[in-house]
Amino acid sequence: MAERIFKFFEQNLPYGSAGFAAVSALLKSAAFILGFVMLLAGVLTWMERRQSAMMQDRVGPSRANLGRFKAWGLLHFLADALKMIFKEDFVPPQASKLLFALAPVLALAPVLIAAAIIPFGAPLCYGRMTEVVPPGVCAMPVALQAVRLDAGLLFYFAVASLGVYGAALAGWASRNKWGLLGGLRASSQMMAYEVTMGMAVMAMFLVYGTLEPGAMVHAQGNWPWQWGVFGVPQAVAFVLFLTAAIAESKRTPFDIPEGESEIVGYFVEYSGMRFGMFYLGEFIEIITSSALIVTIFFGGWRFPGSGLLASHLANWLFVLISVGVWSLKVFFFCAFQLLIRWTLPRLRADQLLRVGWQRLLPISIANVVLVAGWILLWR
Amino acid sequence: MATTVKTVARPAGIRRQTYLVAVAEGLWVTLRHLMKNWIGNLFGQRKKTDIVTLSYPEEKRPYPERNRGLHRLMKRESGEVRCVACMMCPTVCPAHCITIVPEEAPDGSIEKRPRIFEIDELRCVVCGLCVEACPCDGIRMDTLVHAPPTLRRADAILDMKALLSRGETSTATQGGVGAFWREKLKAS
Repeated sequence: MAERIFKFFEQNLPYGSAGFAAVSALLKSAAFILGFVMLLAGVLTWMERRQSAMMQDRVGPSRANLGRFKAWGLLHFLADALKMIFKEDFVPPQASKLLFALAPVLALAPVLIAAAIIPFGAPLCYGRMTEVVPPGVCAMPVALQAVRLDAGLLFYFAVASLGVYGAALAGWASRNKWGLLGGLRASSQMMAYEVTMGMAVMAMFLVYGTLEPGAMVHAQGNWPWQWGVFGVPQAVAFVLFLTAAIAESKRTPFDIPEGESEIVGYFVEYSGMRFGMFYLGEFIEIITSSALIVTIFFGGWRFPGSGLLASHLANWLFVLISVGVWSLKVFFFCAFQLLIRWTLPRLRADQLLRVGWQRLLPISIANVVLVAGWILLWR
Repeated sequence: MATTVKTVARPAGIRRQTYLVAVAEGLWVTLRHLMKNWIGNLFGQRKKTDIVTLSYPEEKRPYPERNRGLHRLMKRESGEVRCVACMMCPTVCPAHCITIVPEEAPDGSIEKRPRIFEIDELRCVVCGLCVEACPCDGIRMDTLVHAPPTLRRADAILDMKALLSRGETSTATQGGVGAFWREKLKAS
């Protein structure tokens, strides 16, 4: 069955043709965005509530079911989506209608687009998908990446930083003072932490000598001690990047823009699916940042024994396993971010900016200088 | 008094200032709870976890013995209602939810009995004073049953038949008739 599908593709779409490029890009982005990111984001909305409940000795959402099928309440995210769709879509009469409608899109779209550069599995060997292909001998590799850009991470930052417009516009367009203040907090915070994030990645860029995420994964080894994080300066970059990524997704302990329990956030006037887009965008941001962390610091899809597996299994099977391993790694970091979110208390706005500008930024710059010197002198 | 501002010195030392150690400690605490509760819950061992939540309709917390639930009227050994319509309970009831219309009992030794005995469970404040006031163990609230939800208000008014449906034979002596119940138990 699988072989016939592969044969069909290989005969009708020769490697390198325009049709091949279009179809493969379409399939890859569909599989990645619909099959992984959206699905996991939905599951995370349930997991966040369930995990936080378990951390606080509660049970959490466990009731949603389809007849006998319950799966510990996993279906809650479908019920939530249904609720969001059918809720009243309220637009404040004073609001700027166009910007009000645009803001949630601007919050959701950049994180989805930015995810396109992330490699989610070992390269598929086109033309020899059903054969055993040892690593490094493939003539026509298809990178499992929706988009393969040399600018890679720069593209990620360029697009992801557009997300700040979503937050700022949401606060501005809803013509609500508290919303506007929330939008201001969001933009000041996101700008502060974006710099640190960029600096942390710059150190990694110096180590790998490339900004292309696929090449970054390629530069790392199969064993955990060959992954990016376990060199000493890279561990610093990892902590910096993780901190900045959490701040970037505007979640506790950095949820000043929203501050749901005390201060009013920038999407205070949003309801229904428009709010749902902000909500989903937040979770997609968790996934994207986790995927980036896995790619840059934790070897991407690489795992111990992958060389052995590659030289014994059919290529497509091995790729499937590598995608599974990559998914598990990303899932682990998503769960870890949820753990952090439900453990730490929120920082005050001025503390947040002080941590960003006065602590993390100098450390990240020092890290870049140290890594650069290390590479210059010892490599 | 003038307002004074006390500046609290920030904790010194790189260990405290980086927060990293404290963050790791906190994560360890929450992770421990998560693992214990999650694994226990996954394998149906809710009892062994720290979770105290009861999944209500399936699991119910047992009521204490002295819980005041729905009223019931007790019965004589003959199956007749024990109530002698002395009007103590409607008198003491702060919510005026008990209605008794007395009539003459065919048994001369009893003299009075209720013809109508109704309790409006919507008005009842579940204070239990009627039970306290009853001189002959005629009314009790020890059913451990909530007032059931009804579609019409009238359905919440329980008549004598409904009140007797949960009734039992009381073991208390009544009206000076019959042997002391302990002796009776011994005899049977």
